Amino acid sequence: MPHLQDRSEKLTAKVPEAPVRVDTTEEVVAKTPAKVCGMGHRMKRKEDPRFIQGKGRYVDDVKLPGMLYMDIVRSPYAHAKILKIDSSEALKIPGVVAVITGQDLKAAGNLHYMPTLMSDTQPVLPIDKVLYYAQEVCAVIATDRYIAADACEKVLVDYEPLQPVIDPHEALKDQILVREDKEKKTNHVWHWSAGDKAATDAVFAKAAHVVKEKIYIPRIHVCSIETCGMVASWDKAREHMQIYMTSQAPHAHRTVFALVSGLPEHKIQIISPDIGGGFGGKVPVYPGYVVCAVASLVTGKPIKWIEDRSENLQADSFARDYHIEAELAADASGKLTGLRVRTISDCGVADAAANPSKFPAGLYSICTGSYPLLAADIQVDGVYTNKPPGGVAYRCSFRVTEAVHMIERMVDIMAHDLKRDPAEFRFANFIGADQFPYKSCTGWVYDSGNYAAALDKAMKMIDYAGLRKEQAEKRAKGQLMGIGISSFTEVVGAGPAADFDILGIKMFDSAEIRIHPTGKAIARLGTKSQGQGHETTYAQIIAEELGLPALDVQIEEGDTDTAPYGLGTYASRSTPTSGAAAAMAARKIRAKAKKIAAYLLEVGEGDLEWNIDRFQVKGSPDQAKTIQEIAFAAYTNHPPDLEAGLEATDYYNPPNLTFPFGSYICVVDIDSGTGAIHVRRFVAVDDCGNIINPLIVEGQIEGGLTMGLAPALFEEIVYDENGQNLTGTMADYLLPTAVESPKWELGKTITPSPHHPFGAKGVGESPTVGAPPAIANAVVDALWHLGVRHLDIPITPHKVWKALREHGVRD
Amino acid sequence: MSQHEISLTVNGAAVKKTVEARTLLVHFIRENLELTGTHIGCDTTSCGACTVVLNGKPVKSCTVFAVQANGATLQTIEGVAPDGKLHPVQEGFWEKHGLQCGFCTPGMIMTAKSLLEKNKAPTEQEIREGISGNICRCTGYNKIVEAIQYAAAKLEEAR
Repeated sequence: MPHLQDRSEKLTAKVPEAPVRVDTTEEVVAKTPAKVCGMGHRMKRKEDPRFIQGKGRYVDDVKLPGMLYMDIVRSPYAHAKILKIDSSEALKIPGVVAVITGQDLKAAGNLHYMPTLMSDTQPVLPIDKVLYYAQEVCAVIATDRYIAADACEKVLVDYEPLQPVIDPHEALKDQILVREDKEKKTNHVWHWSAGDKAATDAVFAKAAHVVKEKIYIPRIHVCSIETCGMVASWDKAREHMQIYMTSQAPHAHRTVFALVSGLPEHKIQIISPDIGGGFGGKVPVYPGYVVCAVASLVTGKPIKWIEDRSENLQADSFARDYHIEAELAADASGKLTGLRVRTISDCGVADAAANPSKFPAGLYSICTGSYPLLAADIQVDGVYTNKPPGGVAYRCSFRVTEAVHMIERMVDIMAHDLKRDPAEFRFANFIGADQFPYKSCTGWVYDSGNYAAALDKAMKMIDYAGLRKEQAEKRAKGQLMGIGISSFTEVVGAGPAADFDILGIKMFDSAEIRIHPTGKAIARLGTKSQGQGHETTYAQIIAEELGLPALDVQIEEGDTDTAPYGLGTYASRSTPTSGAAAAMAARKIRAKAKKIAAYLLEVGEGDLEWNIDRFQVKGSPDQAKTIQEIAFAAYTNHPPDLEAGLEATDYYNPPNLTFPFGSYICVVDIDSGTGAIHVRRFVAVDDCGNIINPLIVEGQIEGGLTMGLAPALFEEIVYDENGQNLTGTMADYLLPTAVESPKWELGKTITPSPHHPFGAKGVGESPTVGAPPAIANAVVDALWHLGVRHLDIPITPHKVWKALREHGVRD
Repeated sequence: MSQHEISLTVNGAAVKKTVEARTLLVHFIRENLELTGTHIGCDTTSCGACTVVLNGKPVKSCTVFAVQANGATLQTIEGVAPDGKLHPVQEGFWEKHGLQCGFCTPGMIMTAKSLLEKNKAPTEQEIREGISGNICRCTGYNKIVEAIQYAAAKLEEAR
């Protein structure tokens, strides 16, 4: 039996009922009949037949005549001078066509450096120095991927190893300079702040309670099951570059390629075919892409480059890596009042984050979360280290995960310190449902929310009171059980264009709909699905707006030659932006359809009303023209004063972001002997506003929860003191399987976004944002009475075992 | 590199090809046979995206040499519904939203199909353990489990 000592007093037993606002509902309503299958229908996905029959087409499935293969020689050091690259032996291997070095790229027009999405620079291939382990050193082009791999082994590179700097706190001392090529001789990249320091200091001076904690959110990797890759094909005669690329943002990538290479943008076609998961990892431009495209230009042949998993895990952009020091203040009644945060963002060798340009720390200042704080003072410093560049998302909207994890941990620590029940403490502190739109002290205007309703529902679903009782009973017997809550506020759907851009390109997004004469349609959008089910959901949006059966609407994305310009899919922005654009374009079509219907019915437009899929004469619904009849007339019998055709394009600039939210409750049992953590139950109540397809939303949430579980308990990219990646394969970097992943229990509330055309919000990332603190809070809740205040994620059995031993538990 | 002639049955058809000794079965399937439904997701036999059925057993084809398949019977995802009539497992994945990006799906389906051949009525835990050699990054597994339960019920109905 473990020797556990309960040092905490009894938690507040009574949990108040949450007030529920009337316009929050729980029911999804489908207004269209099943044959139309508009919003609210659990439509089976239109894209699935090809995937379940092995007929998806991913980049590695592209095979072009005469195609050559590229493989990459990578650095075995995190920091070293390159003395010599000798490719003579490699070039002797039959089938080896070329070895491309940094010098070659430099000669080709200074292509050895490229801009990052944050207007920093990063090496494509180095000239004289490598700056991180597994950095691309040179590339081999060969007739076969095995030969290319053989040749990589034969490229001899002489290095003179240098001392790397791996820890960002050390890096700030500037004793080892990571970027000698920079004018500023410091590893400090940027300083960014939000909120009001003076006001925060004043709030803290008056505070009755202050809790302080260091929280590290470690470096993790999206590790989509498909790695990154490209097939680049330069057609010399047409002066045309066709690129198949694992890209979440093909248009933006085309523009970057044009600007970097000098090739005219209309001569570059980027096709993002089926994508095997993105999660943010396919937003940046990686050196391999650039070298692959250059190799095609140089050889005049199509070149294929597909990463190995180890290359993907060791060199592609990472996520997180935030070193946080947070202080949370409350007044004597336990009302939260202020937040002070200092954070070091470990950028690796370049600021290659995928944040909007004006937000080097992304949307981190959302970190006041679901609580109406009086003041906050948020300061973040970016630092170079000898690690791969990045700071991309891991299924999260621009640093919101870091923000939510910090505030939800801090609120839990405060609740426990004040001996308040964490649920009751949140109810007492939430932004009220009647306070929306709510302007936070860091400047965000939350569009809508009803936090108490979501937590109340989660508590009912999981029987919170029953669990607390069980916990008390188990604790009395020395058993470790924890209940963790996270009541998160997400912020997704960037623009608005005035504030949000990537490299100057405004973050609007687009949709173009064309209705064919027979009433079928094609719609193309500026986003790019990587599994989110856009071919289905966008069709349902158009079905809802126009009454065309969703099955009759073909959705296309990802080909820059055909789709309207857009910023792509990441940060849960597709529904808030392109989804909105699809509705707006459909409404433009409906406006024209009304004119055609009035002409056909020989009535005034004012006499008509829309009814699901038709315009009918008010008071005389038999007199009607369906959208299909109208479409046919648009090409065969349109009004003489109107253009033929029935199509529209919309570039939607959202007036605000959307603010999805939710409350998650996690129950863990901990083995005091081994430190093993068993996630017994996990209830997730999400509110993403109006729902397009409940089936797909459930899938997004369940998937996101497992990607929240992963960094909470398993995943971390670990480096040794020499900068060697110790977690560079899937055997070392542990992704949850169906065994580790619990049976997720979902609930929902629906609080529509007031500014989105159909009241929707993003959803894909909420669960990844909300789950880690629920799990961490559950583990700490199980150990708090022993004196454990905090454990950094991933909370491994070893960390728990160690914490137990440190707090006197031996068995 | 030594070359070897291998003969095998792939999705019901006889195949004869010459391969290098070191050619991995997954590359043979994808490059030589041009059956690209079998995917590659790692290089440590961890992810299961390359799972195919070799002589009636699910194997990760990234860890088998093509020459080891000489004389074997091989089924890939393309052979599961040759006439276009979906197998109950495929149906289940579609009905229950058991896939998102689709990249792990062919391997997952091959594993699930083999699991149901061995165990006609698996419990949820048996399903979870049965597919634990296949990693899905998108779905969170709930709906994959439901897809396989759907298929088990459908197969039971047909018996």
